[in-house]
Amino acid sequence: MSNWIPLWVHKLGSPPTFYRFAGIVMPWMMALALLVGALGLYGGLVLAPADYQQGDAYRIIFIHVPSAWMSMFVYAVMGMSSVIALVWRIKLAEVVAMESAPIGAAFTFITLVTGSLWGKPMWGTWWTWDARLTSELVLLFLYLGVIGLYHAFEDRRQGARAAAFLAIIGIINVPIVHFSVNWWNTLHQGSTVKLFGPSKIAWDMLWPLLTMTLATKFYYLASLFRRVRTDLLALEGGKDWVREIARSEGDQ
Amino acid sequence: MNMHALQVFFAMGGYAAYVWPAYALFFIVLIADTLAPVLRRRRVLRELRVRLARQSARQGRSPHPTSP
Repeated sequence: MSNWIPLWVHKLGSPPTFYRFAGIVMPWMMALALLVGALGLYGGLVLAPADYQQGDAYRIIFIHVPSAWMSMFVYAVMGMSSVIALVWRIKLAEVVAMESAPIGAAFTFITLVTGSLWGKPMWGTWWTWDARLTSELVLLFLYLGVIGLYHAFEDRRQGARAAAFLAIIGIINVPIVHFSVNWWNTLHQGSTVKLFGPSKIAWDMLWPLLTMTLATKFYYLASLFRRVRTDLLALEGGKDWVREIARSEGDQ
Repeated sequence: MNMHALQVFFAMGGYAAYVWPAYALFFIVLIADTLAPVLRRRRVLRELRVRLARQSARQGRSPHPTSP
């Protein structure tokens, strides 16, 4: 590959190096996720005041919205890794894409169910076929499709390439999820938090929301690294570095 | 926090039946997501050890086939 890519990037892309790197970073990410998450939950459940319209029911926002953001963020990571995997045939990119899918599916599932639990008392219904809810459900099916296609092949790398292709096609759904509340009139409320311009939310509620968002980011990295490490062991089972690990952890 | 404040906290302004299941689900799903690769890792390494043991048994109980 070209010279402008620094050497450490190549090194980090090799499975044994990444395995060791992820092993060092993963516990820290998990610790940060738990610490920041505890702070965010305390802020959201205890310190933040009740909403003047929704009472305490709105407190579902502190898990619903970070999960919804993660459902799209993880898909973006999966899509980009899929492009890298298909264009440059980098094994690590395949693994990152395929191991992101279950985490993304988990966050999408959380988003749908917590949204349903929030919708019942506020809208009077568990579910409605509006644009935001339907496109988020399609996102879940895309994740499940990627996972299913990956496992449908005898050869793991062939399955990863087929699933990566599906993941890339599915990227089109991510902006649809995001803009659905602007493009169509829906029951779902519009964006409360904005990157540009003032957010329509009090600071007492905003900081726990952003803190929980940070916690889910840390959690994703921890979970991804844990999954990638396991998958690298399974993929490279015939290699010496994996045999060494299998032998040294034989007593456990 | 006294007992009354705790009761108020858990009541969630009458929305306890919606708020707490949402939080419970959040944690159950993420704990399952954390445990899945841990269990898989154990299985992968166990299978690999079985394969390695079978290989070395086939090679005359010597882990290093090149050495005499």
